[in-house]
Amino acid sequence: MIYLDNAATTKMSQTAIKAMIPYMDCIYGNPSSLHSAGQKANEALTDARERIARLLGCEAKEITFTSGGSEADNQAIVSAARIGERSGKKHIVSTAFEHHAVLHTLNKLEKEGFEVTLLDVGENGIVLPEQVADAIREDTCLVTVMFANNEIGTIQPIEEIGQVCRGKGVLFHTDAVQAAGHLRIDAKAQNIDMLSLSAHKFHGPKGIGVLYARKGIRLTNIIEGGAQERGKRAGTENIPAIMAMTAALEEACLHMDENSAKLTALRDKLIAGLSKIPHSVLNGDAEKRLPGNVSFCFEGIEGESLLLLLDDKGICASSGSACTSGSLDPSHVLLAIGRVHDIAHGSLRLTLSEENTEKEVDYTISAVKDVVEYLRSISPIWRDLVSGKKEFIIK
Amino acid sequence: MALYSEKVMDHFRNPRNVGVIENADGIGEVGNAKCGDIMKIYLKIENDIIVDVKFETFGCGSAIASSSMATEMIKGKHISDAMNLTNKAVAEALDGLPAHKMHCSVLAEEAIKKALLDYYKKNYIVYDSNVFHDCESCGHCCGD
Ligand SMILES: Cc1ncc(COP(=O)(O)O)c(C=O)c1O
Repeated sequence: MIYLDNAATTKMSQTAIKAMIPYMDCIYGNPSSLHSAGQKANEALTDARERIARLLGCEAKEITFTSGGSEADNQAIVSAARIGERSGKKHIVSTAFEHHAVLHTLNKLEKEGFEVTLLDVGENGIVLPEQVADAIREDTCLVTVMFANNEIGTIQPIEEIGQVCRGKGVLFHTDAVQAAGHLRIDAKAQNIDMLSLSAHKFHGPKGIGVLYARKGIRLTNIIEGGAQERGKRAGTENIPAIMAMTAALEEACLHMDENSAKLTALRDKLIAGLSKIPHSVLNGDAEKRLPGNVSFCFEGIEGESLLLLLDDKGICASSGSACTSGSLDPSHVLLAIGRVHDIAHGSLRLTLSEENTEKEVDYTISAVKDVVEYLRSISPIWRDLVSGKKEFIIK
Repeated sequence: MALYSEKVMDHFRNPRNVGVIENADGIGEVGNAKCGDIMKIYLKIENDIIVDVKFETFGCGSAIASSSMATEMIKGKHISDAMNLTNKAVAEALDGLPAHKMHCSVLAEEAIKKALLDYYKKNYIVYDSNVFHDCESCGHCCGD
């Protein structure tokens, strides 16, 4: 099996697995307990928090452990909204291609009377700091822009956007779920007030994540209950997952440069190979993209059948077609960069990890070529395009 | 992937009757690219019998499988049998489709009906217009 869906989730590293085992069978106490078993667990929790803080360039007390990226996004946005509305600020700036964890939270706030401006991301999938500056109003309480996009991999100018927000006194949150462990993050230096990450995107376990919130930012609870996480996130801490996430993030950050160089080479080889398929187009900027992200649209075919046939050839991939999104519309990300419906249905996302090899990339290029060619051969649209009855959208 | 039955996967992987019939007696195309499925059916009809049928489909796995199964079900049959083919029968023959994929079987039924309508019209055969859906306005699609 060739696994090329690392943006969906990753395999846990041996380091992460080994890091969690002692906290399941030896140090299994509840960190809130007074006895020594509990206190040992509490020490581990403190240690993990400090290590994570060091990796993100912030302080331990600014770290809240959550159930993952979605919860962290929800809590960051709702918290900023509650802070804002206390002084009558009910406007939020974001982008059209955020993850649904962000967009759906914004929808919820809109129903409460908040106003949301979603910025255009252009054909290359990058929002400009000037756009953010222009969109900020007197009553803006939050800017939330993702660090890197999960479908097309484009990297946003986070530090500059942070600077704009800092200058205007507006809180800045970034969903760094796809960036953490892959791109350099330094909360202080990059002017980030709040940041979300999720362990399963960097070879850690699923169901655990982090919300960083600069000190002084009052968090609003999403989960009510006990006094864990300074009373801001109830529920007995998932110590095994927290320890594994910490180990995984340390490992990813330690090897970031070499991993990035390796992935970038594989990525560019894959992009070069797939670009040779006629009437195909790369989605998102070719350079300002995650080292492991490849996203294409192929005219005349539909993404789900492409995925199924690739799966038959042992390749695990993903698509933004309507049929795979479970809705009638193709991915909002592809629509946001201006791909029309007809084209967006024929999308393919391949996301690499350090474990992939050049041989796998070669095989994948030829497999995708074959499958696209086959699906075009049975597609009535393709016939119309080739015969000139219809005009190609992708030249 | 367990999304689909073995039957669906078989018809998807090895679709029957793929292709084009030159000088077909009836052609029907339904769906649109915006929604992500288009089906085109070609019929060869002799003495009211469908002697040959081919299809081309742009769409997901279940769309391709539904076209394949539907063409198998009408090949060699009388046109009145083809007229009576329902999307439910196609879905059942495929051992079922996931609920959100049922519209693929609807497309197959409609594509066949549209091809038959084309045949009737071309040959000045009187038909009952009530049995034909207005395919352009039906609700199976994302409705632009
Ligand atoms: C950009 C982005 N944000 C948020 C999430 C949600 O993270 P989680 O699955 O940990 O809730 C994901 C992953 O699915 C993501 O890619």
